[in-house]
Amino acid sequence: MGDVKLLTFVCNWCSYGGADQAGGLKVFYPAGVRLIKVMCSGRVDPQMILNGFRQGADGVLVLGCHPGDCHYKTGNYSAQKRMLLLAPMLRQFGIEKERFQLNWVSAGEGERFGKIVNEMYATVASLGPLHLAKQLVEEDMA
Amino acid sequence: MSDSKPKVAFYWCASCGGCEEAVVDLNATLLHVAASVDIVLWPVAMDFKYRDVEALAEGDLTVAFINGAIRTDEQAHIARLLRRKAVMVVAFGSCAHTGGIPGLANLTTKQKIFQTSYLNSPTVVNPEGTVPKVTTVVDGVKATLPGFWEQVHTLDQLIDVDYYLPGCPPMPDNIASAMTAILKNDLPVKGSVLGSKKALCDTCTRKKPEKAVLHKRFYQPHEIEADPEICFLAQGIVCCGPATRSGCGEKCLNGNMPCTGCFGPLDNIVDQGAAMVSAVAAYLDGQTVAELDAAVASVPDAAGTFYRYGVPASLLFRANTKEVGK
Repeated sequence: MGDVKLLTFVCNWCSYGGADQAGGLKVFYPAGVRLIKVMCSGRVDPQMILNGFRQGADGVLVLGCHPGDCHYKTGNYSAQKRMLLLAPMLRQFGIEKERFQLNWVSAGEGERFGKIVNEMYATVASLGPLHLAKQLVEEDMA
Repeated sequence: MSDSKPKVAFYWCASCGGCEEAVVDLNATLLHVAASVDIVLWPVAMDFKYRDVEALAEGDLTVAFINGAIRTDEQAHIARLLRRKAVMVVAFGSCAHTGGIPGLANLTTKQKIFQTSYLNSPTVVNPEGTVPKVTTVVDGVKATLPGFWEQVHTLDQLIDVDYYLPGCPPMPDNIASAMTAILKNDLPVKGSVLGSKKALCDTCTRKKPEKAVLHKRFYQPHEIEADPEICFLAQGIVCCGPATRSGCGEKCLNGNMPCTGCFGPLDNIVDQGAAMVSAVAAYLDGQTVAELDAAVASVPDAAGTFYRYGVPASLLFRANTKEVGK
């Protein structure tokens, strides 16, 4: 198990609260879990996920409110549709399905937050770092 | 030929020749262009040699129009040569701009391409398993071929590109206005795409239903008879209009076929395929994950559909090699 980076998008209203509670409860999770707070999981554009992978994330986790609990009513449903459509495309690009996940964490679920990020981190760490090919033409090809 | 005329070069890399065809499609306008410039290289139409270009001084060439993606040593060599000689390089057409159809090769590997093309195709008879090599010695004579790269690149991943002409192929009016702008030196900021700033949906005349229509499944164009008046996405046919630049004259839509995205992403979109995921996901219908997955499964080749002309220009650039083939 090496060091990997798990980019985690957390929504302002539920999952960030869950992460906050995890901190209060002193739930351990690895430093490689990098949190980014967004207003809603529905705000997570698929471009942000691909950009995460491009910029060195070895896994991307999107956390939102439980179905029915979205602060904006349907944001998490939008997120779910996008992520379900994005997932098979990532596999076509050779990114294992374990490297990308959508899950739900409410503001009171600190323990659950810890469980989800720890499990996903362990899975991604067992896969190892994701080495995406460089976009620019490398000199050795010249 | 007068020396005072601006010198122009056309070159093709990994492309089909459609971009050259598009230049010829300028018809009479081409004669005006030809009269006001000096064409110094155009392998498909005129007999100039690479050494003619090599003999030019740096900056002697006003503009080089390069079409096609980059995938061999020869293409890289000539593109770099033209970059050294030209004041301005224009990436001409989808392949040079975003990778184009050849760019789909980035979803597989060079090894698999060679196996399919030279060994396994039903129409191939190759008992000795001969595949192209960079160097081959036949009867003591050394023959060489350009090296074939592991992946396909856009032009701007190899050299500095000044402007982009989108489209597969670019439209004649678009080419003519770009040529005029170049000759008059009336150009936007460097790095611009010379084309419309609107999405294809903005210029599409098909009717969009007031209320969003959701679909439990999507259809391939051959699976359903499309209504020629109504938005394709509303009919459950994947159309790349929302994420694609306008300026093509809606030729596919007028032919009752959905947009495949050849004009590439809009200025405010980084990744065309990801933007298409957002657009198409909004049309998915289902109450459960299983229902949504069934709807997703009706788009059988998401990467090939949403990035048909843009795999090398995408954020992921290519399929992760160690995983390809699993």
